Amino acid sequence: MQLESLYQEIILDHYKHPHGRGLRDAADPADQVGEAHHVNPTCGDEVTIRVATDGDTLHDVSYDGMGCSISQASASVLHELLTGRAASEAFEVHAAFVALMSGRGQVTPDEDVLGDGVAFEGVARYPARVKCALLPWMAFKDAAARAGVGVSPTEVKA
Amino acid sequence: MTTIAIPPGMPQYDDVPRYDVAAVRADFPILDREINGHPLVYLDSANTSHKPRQVLDVLREHYERHNANVSRSVHTLGTEATEAYEGARGKIAAFVNAPSVDEVVFTKNSTEAINLVAYAFSNASLRPDADERFRLGPGDEIVISEMEHHSNIVPWQLLAERTGATLRWFPVTDSGRLDESGLTDLVNERTKIVSLVHMSNILGTVNATERITARVREVGALLLLDCSQSVPHMPIDVVDLDADFIVFTGHKMCGPTGIGVLWGRAELLATMPPVLGGGSMIETVTMGGSTFAAPPARFEAGTPPIAEAVALGAAVDYLSGLGMRAVQWHEKELTAYALDALATVPGLRIFGPDVPVGRGGTISFALGDVHPHDVGQVLDSLGVQVRVGHHCARPVCTRFGVPATTRASFYLYTTMEEIDALVAGLEQVRKVFR
Repeated sequence: MQLESLYQEIILDHYKHPHGRGLRDAADPADQVGEAHHVNPTCGDEVTIRVATDGDTLHDVSYDGMGCSISQASASVLHELLTGRAASEAFEVHAAFVALMSGRGQVTPDEDVLGDGVAFEGVARYPARVKCALLPWMAFKDAAARAGVGVSPTEVKA
Repeated sequence: MTTIAIPPGMPQYDDVPRYDVAAVRADFPILDREINGHPLVYLDSANTSHKPRQVLDVLREHYERHNANVSRSVHTLGTEATEAYEGARGKIAAFVNAPSVDEVVFTKNSTEAINLVAYAFSNASLRPDADERFRLGPGDEIVISEMEHHSNIVPWQLLAERTGATLRWFPVTDSGRLDESGLTDLVNERTKIVSLVHMSNILGTVNATERITARVREVGALLLLDCSQSVPHMPIDVVDLDADFIVFTGHKMCGPTGIGVLWGRAELLATMPPVLGGGSMIETVTMGGSTFAAPPARFEAGTPPIAEAVALGAAVDYLSGLGMRAVQWHEKELTAYALDALATVPGLRIFGPDVPVGRGGTISFALGDVHPHDVGQVLDSLGVQVRVGHHCARPVCTRFGVPATTRASFYLYTTMEEIDALVAGLEQVRKVFR
């Protein structure tokens, strides 16, 4: 049944048992911390992402939010995939996830890059839900930029 | 079998006007569709209604046989188009019992109709010689309510910003009714306009307006009623309502999109300054300035949505053919049935009145802590179309402490079986998110 491609077990599992949920202070006081709060105006989903980094490694990607299973599971997967990663790697993962979600179901995800994120392949076939899945990832991008790391860090203004 | 006789003198069961729902459904081609392998169960008519063949035929026939611009041609087609357009205005005036056909102004939708009134206030406020009733400044007050659609909030927030007037709000009670306990304080000598929803698009509440109207008259303010959700579903009589303005939209009442209505008392429309300037709304134009046509033309600048207006006239004919009293009763029965059926779903919480009194067939609810998006998605997989989200009424969601709700809304073609399908679908939602 179609519905199962959307609500894969992995997604429901992340939704019911979110990994690393809650906003945390940086463990290392020397870290730069950036935070972004994004809302989906059509449904009222909200997510806050906080990034703590020394400029090279993302020491923590913490989050809080409320919303549908897709947006909240996506935040949980994001936390799991990006925490502890080098900033440059994190943006590769970010780009791969955005490409997957923009692919209308035509993009085959690479599990080595996206881990549990591959479960969102089915979501890409539901245009109304793509925004839900992307919400935490867009907030992450802003939060990272505010912490001084970005896709093109040189372009980031303080 | 024993039957209980209703005592003579009391309303008898057969007094309730009825129509054949199966025959009505046959008029709506879209109702034959299948969605994800299931028969379409359309429970989103508060969002937009479907259109019967009779309306679609008129729309097509207008373009195929009578297409021309209105109010400016001497040729035959132009005359036919103008007659059809003005004929539709007459039908709509009769439908809401407007004392004069000139009190019906065509707009794009309810939103535009409300903005038209708000901008008339704005424009009048800039002209010292304008009617005092439309002039706003610091110290003046605009009153709306917590249960408004964004279309009856934002235009007034913007107007308050432009003029320095203060925006005040009627609160909503826990059971989803308008809280009138502060009426005399809220509507006072400083109040210039009270703009209220007649039937809430999210709670389903139908507001009793009598006390408010009386207070509005007492302080000399004006009253606008947003009837977007009431005109399609019940008999509306503007004389009876004793409002100053009502607005409604065509696409929620079996008509096409792109056509809405502002009804205003003739005496008020006559004194309102124009809002959009352009062709058709003028009396004469010189390089030194312009004078303006009488209402309704004054408020209909440019080529109007002609075919849409004509088709809305056909929609009104369709509704009148069924009888609005019958439509209202049909939906009342559905609402009573649905409220009972939804009460059997474990963990379901209804926002708004939970009795079928003083409410229409629009029911918002939460299912445990399952997010409405997820509820809507599972229901869609079963062919059941409901609306999820904040329904353009975020203050209501905030009032009840939820980011969003799931909403099922009924219309003249909705059946009890469709409500059963909804309830069965909710069981499926509970299974997926157990």
